[in-house]
Amino acid sequence: MKVATGTKIVNGIAIGKIRIYKAPVYEISDSLVDDPIPELARFEKARVKVQEQQHALYEKALQTAGEESAAIFEAHEMMMEDDDLIDACKEIMAEQRHTAEYATRQGFDNVAQMFREMDDPYFQARSADMIDLKNAMLDVLFGNDSDSMQGTEPAILVAEDLAPSETVKLDKSLLLGLVTREGSSNSHTAILARSMNLPTLIQCKDITDDWDGKFAILDGYNSCIYIEPTQDLIDSLTAKHNEDLKKEALLQELKGKSNTTIDGKTIKVYANIGGPSDIGAVQVNDAEGVGLFRSEFVYLNSKEDPSEEEQFAAYKRVVETLSPKLVIIRTCDIGADKTIDYMNLDKEENPALGYRAIRICLTRKDFFKRQLRALLRASAFGNLGIMFPMIISLREVRECKEILAECKRELANEGVKVGEIQLGIMIETPAAALCADELAEEVDFFSLGTNDLTQYTCAIDRQNAKLEPFSDTHHPAVLKLIRMTIEAGHRHNTWVGICGELGADDTLTEEFLRMGVDELSVNPKSILPLRKKIRSIDLSKS
Amino acid sequence: MKEFKYTITDPVGIHARPAGLLVKEAKQFASTVMIIKGEKSSKATSLTKLMGMGIVKGDEVTVQIEGDDEEACAAAMEKFMTENL
Repeated sequence: MKVATGTKIVNGIAIGKIRIYKAPVYEISDSLVDDPIPELARFEKARVKVQEQQHALYEKALQTAGEESAAIFEAHEMMMEDDDLIDACKEIMAEQRHTAEYATRQGFDNVAQMFREMDDPYFQARSADMIDLKNAMLDVLFGNDSDSMQGTEPAILVAEDLAPSETVKLDKSLLLGLVTREGSSNSHTAILARSMNLPTLIQCKDITDDWDGKFAILDGYNSCIYIEPTQDLIDSLTAKHNEDLKKEALLQELKGKSNTTIDGKTIKVYANIGGPSDIGAVQVNDAEGVGLFRSEFVYLNSKEDPSEEEQFAAYKRVVETLSPKLVIIRTCDIGADKTIDYMNLDKEENPALGYRAIRICLTRKDFFKRQLRALLRASAFGNLGIMFPMIISLREVRECKEILAECKRELANEGVKVGEIQLGIMIETPAAALCADELAEEVDFFSLGTNDLTQYTCAIDRQNAKLEPFSDTHHPAVLKLIRMTIEAGHRHNTWVGICGELGADDTLTEEFLRMGVDELSVNPKSILPLRKKIRSIDLSKS
Repeated sequence: MKEFKYTITDPVGIHARPAGLLVKEAKQFASTVMIIKGEKSSKATSLTKLMGMGIVKGDEVTVQIEGDDEEACAAAMEKFMTENL
């Protein structure tokens, strides 16, 4: 048995086999071969295999993500039988006597390059498809059988680190737990792990390659993972795991009860979600609404700028399914640690303080309008709130409102129906918190984004793991800003919620209630535990 | 040889999926099908070249069909393009 320790993100126990995920790096030799026949045969075999993989992905996407997303794999499948592409690769092997790997890289890169140089953005984006297919071919040729990063059996996934877009692609049904060597407790991987209530360990420095395939138990309570644990440990941790499941069942009993303290104060508890696939979790956990729908995942999941139609379909599905519950959708919050290739954003020295979120939207007006139009159209199907992120000034809010009004006028002229909406802003910069009085006059609600508010108030980069010892998630300055924001909001009849990680921190729930917070929006798994906490608080006793 | 002109109405033009379907359709016939836009041309059976022409909405393309079954092929291609592009 081996034990490795790290920093836990989510309590809980995961029991199962380990699967190590590595983004492969291939060294391709440029030495020539005497006989091209075996290379041609290897190439052909790999090509057929990749085509089959793409077909399997198409079938899977068709079931889980719908026809629109699945079409991309159908196109991949077709590209894998394109004569021009195949002939070009074959020529590199037959005439130039290069290896199958070399020919693949050359042939696929050439087509990718051709797409990249085209004028139309749609065709430019196809270069990413060619690169995907090239990597799939190289995976097969190098014998790295990675049908997906997760395989086919549920496993504890172990990786160096995961980018937000990688995390998003994970199939939750195949994920028992997550262990990474890097990462910080506020990274998006960690936030997602929390929202999925997935036992997770980060900063686990002792990961070794030979863990792959071994039986292990991830013990979130003790921030460690046991590789090939002893029978005693298996017994005791399995018992603890079963206890957790029982506790979970108990919490289910709280469903349908109100979020009311012993002395009778009721607040709203909403859910934070990342996309239409989380609707189920909102309903299962009995959220009264959605306090934060992170719309950037609509962008991250797409290989190209999502169209108004695509966005409308995603927003409508959430708003309509959850109607009459309020669904607050936050406009695009791309930038900082969430970057996207097709947006062509420059690398920045200081991205957290850089060109992101509303700053991008207010300079790329057409991009912003596509989202606002999609949102307004979706508003006809339920109870929608629109929320702008990263606001620092009154001018920005007014500009957003002007653009929104412009979209409304356009839609009215086109005869498109639009519903009533609530308008709000994120308070996640000290500037916004300090100007809350002025800002409150402009909007229906505030939502405190405590992660960024903490990062900007304390000058602590939330992605930098080295700063963990300096960070204080309950910093008094942050709590003071929260109190000021709530009070300012209430002076102007603007309701105030908290949608950051602190909202689910039950050691602060009583303090937030005393400050007068109107709503807490938390990951779906935290809703019932938070309800339990609220119902145990008595504000009449000090 | 048969020839007809067609103006693309699909919002994104001859993009990946319809291009792939076009290839499949063209492959069913013995005739050679050429898609021509201005100075660029491609066989209708080569997917990447076809996509490489960057045919977008509003573009008029000329379709030339030559071979033993060109009558049937031309009719099928015209029908396919009207329905899919």
